Amino acid sequence: MDALLLHRIHFAFTITFHYLFPQLTMGLALLIVALKSVAIRNKDERYNEAARFWARIFAINFLLGVVTGIPMEFQFGTNWSQFARTTGGVIGQPLAMEGVFSFFLESAFLGLFLFGEKRVSAWGHWAAAFLVFLGSWISGFFIIVTNAWMQHPVAYRVLPNGVYEVTSFWKLLNNPWALLQYAHTMSGAVITGSFVMSSVGAFYLLENRFAEHGRIFVRVGVIAGVIACITQIFPTGDLHGRYMAKHQPAAVAAMEGLFSSQRGAPIVLIGQPNEITQQIDNPIAVNDVLSFLIYGTTKAEVEGLDRIPREDWPSPLPLLFYTYHIMAGLGTYFVLLMVVAAFLLWRGTLFETRWALWPLLLSFPFPYIANTAGWMTAEIGRQPWVVYGLIRTSQGYSKYVSAGNSLFSLLGFMGMYTVLSILFIVLVYRIIDQGPVAGGQMPEPESASLLA
Amino acid sequence: MGFIWFWLVAIMLVAYVVLDGFDLGVGILHVLLARTERERQIMIRSIGPVWDGNEVWLVAGGGTIYFAFPLLYASAFSGFYLALMIVLWLLIMRGIAVELRMKIEAGVWRSFFDGLFFISSALLAIFYGAALANVIRGVPLQADGYFFLPLWTNWTIGPHPGILDWYTVIGGLVALVALAVHGALYLAVKTEGELQLRARTSVRSMWAALFLLTVVSLIASMIARSDTLTNYKNHPIAFAIPLVVLLSLLGILYFSRKTADRSAFACSCAYLAAMLVGAAVGLYPRLLPASTDPSYDITTAKALSGPHTLHVGLIWWSFGMVLAVGYFVFVYRMFRGKVTLCTGGYEH
Repeated sequence: MDALLLHRIHFAFTITFHYLFPQLTMGLALLIVALKSVAIRNKDERYNEAARFWARIFAINFLLGVVTGIPMEFQFGTNWSQFARTTGGVIGQPLAMEGVFSFFLESAFLGLFLFGEKRVSAWGHWAAAFLVFLGSWISGFFIIVTNAWMQHPVAYRVLPNGVYEVTSFWKLLNNPWALLQYAHTMSGAVITGSFVMSSVGAFYLLENRFAEHGRIFVRVGVIAGVIACITQIFPTGDLHGRYMAKHQPAAVAAMEGLFSSQRGAPIVLIGQPNEITQQIDNPIAVNDVLSFLIYGTTKAEVEGLDRIPREDWPSPLPLLFYTYHIMAGLGTYFVLLMVVAAFLLWRGTLFETRWALWPLLLSFPFPYIANTAGWMTAEIGRQPWVVYGLIRTSQGYSKYVSAGNSLFSLLGFMGMYTVLSILFIVLVYRIIDQGPVAGGQMPEPESASLLA
Repeated sequence: MGFIWFWLVAIMLVAYVVLDGFDLGVGILHVLLARTERERQIMIRSIGPVWDGNEVWLVAGGGTIYFAFPLLYASAFSGFYLALMIVLWLLIMRGIAVELRMKIEAGVWRSFFDGLFFISSALLAIFYGAALANVIRGVPLQADGYFFLPLWTNWTIGPHPGILDWYTVIGGLVALVALAVHGALYLAVKTEGELQLRARTSVRSMWAALFLLTVVSLIASMIARSDTLTNYKNHPIAFAIPLVVLLSLLGILYFSRKTADRSAFACSCAYLAAMLVGAAVGLYPRLLPASTDPSYDITTAKALSGPHTLHVGLIWWSFGMVLAVGYFVFVYRMFRGKVTLCTGGYEH
């Protein structure tokens, strides 16, 4: 394997594993604030118990996000030094701001949120939960600003020594791509949070344990879920897709498997892209829909891969096609599931409807898959560029770090993350098994360390 | 601008070493000082609410280097690749050990994380010390601004050194002992009874080693880099810094004997800060000197970002630092006083 491929896999593996945790952190942080708000408004102690239960899962999840997150920033320097050197003056800024404005905030109030409930008033504790939520969403914003500049560079100039500089900080933060991507990503995080919450609730209801809390989890999870699943597609996904079609036509053509430009372009629901024959094998397609989705008219012409020089095609192209279809397919399933669940909830029969609780229980892995597939679509779609149209990925990696060294650390991360996964699953399962406190069982005393 | 950002980055790294330094020190002493499960819990709790925030100084400092001196970030991080990857793994293990130790009440589980906490903290201290020594000694920079160092070669300071050679190993040992002392003094402030007594005693037994290693490292630095003292000779006022090192070292011993734990800890903070500032004064305006050819040195002028980036950066950075300091005052006030085992946790 050559060094470029290994550096790509190195980043892809560590970022994919990392993002399994922040998506739940950001989604759950919002839902915990919601639980605490209901607790205060209705003076309902069960909602406080629910919030405390989720805080325990949040704590472990947050820890895993922190320890797997530190390698991310540092990899820009270690594995992608040429990219870091030329673009640090632009994207180093939002990355540093994430540390200064988000991580300090989170680290300060997480301790108070997790252990300080006795030390402050109900509103004080609500504020701590809110600030943790705010910190995690600010963090997401700066990361999206960084990524959006790589997807769609704005407000930059090139200095005489070949490095990039930001010309308008305001425009960097207001990159239209960033705003669309942020809305889409955050909505995706809420989907993960709400699916996990309703899954645990459905588990309790089907097991007939902690049923009272199970109902709260399902109710909050389904209400948040139905809103987030719809906004994920419309407007955020729709607008993001159209903007992408305008600025990254190669990516959209590859995602949709459109090898030749055509009027009334079809949408391929399923199939296998064949790069040699330049067609989709075994396609199931609906005519005209792609033109309509992008341009609002069935007759519009959509640019295909035939208009794009071969060396500018995203790679690996079939993977991009699949990740996009997995994301879109799961997104459609999410809407169906949550709309049905919300309808049953409105009718007051959801908690007894076992055929609806089962899919709620079993669906929690899918948002993780969909969010991962969505990010793979964005990142593979940007290829072969590390900064779209400006710097090729093959020009960005660390020339002095050999393939052997990159493989060494990649294997190290794989081993370490395997252990982390096992620890995470064991500890979260224990928390779910112990259940919220009011179920009659008392969990063992927690440590007073920050994230215990 | 180069001068300003050089010192802003230096301040952030000093803050990181002084703050996370005592977390690492507590980790180094964790298996040595605590005799009972209760004492081990108290030691972990003494840093529990703060270690994460302390570590943010590293992340924020790294980010600041990234946008203010992109060339330094790119060159140093890729050149020290193997060491940095190991540091990242150690940071992961340290965080996991601190937080997951208490999750399951089983002797084997807890002993495992105790060991992990000790090993990761001790190795981190050694790697940090060695890293600073590498910067002082210089690295084999090429004309394109890059280099790559193996972990070790023949352990000597030649044209092709390893990350570890006799000089950087001394740097690692200084950091190990200095942070252990720092951690012991922090524990003396935060604990009571037997544990506190043991922490104070350990300071006295480590102090001679620290003193000796400090002197050796200062002499070794002049051997490793003959021009270390150039800035000092041009600005004799800078010799106040080694004086602070000496005085604060003596202060550690003096106040520790008088059981004035807070003053002793303050001296330890001053010692760490003065050691780092002293190194920074010796380096300026170089960020990463070359062992190959002085014209390949990465200097502030060579690595500095564009003017608009730095101008905007200065505005939000100042604002952000005010907030950050505010959070730290808040957190340390919240968790001030001696650690006890009955506070914290969830209400039941």
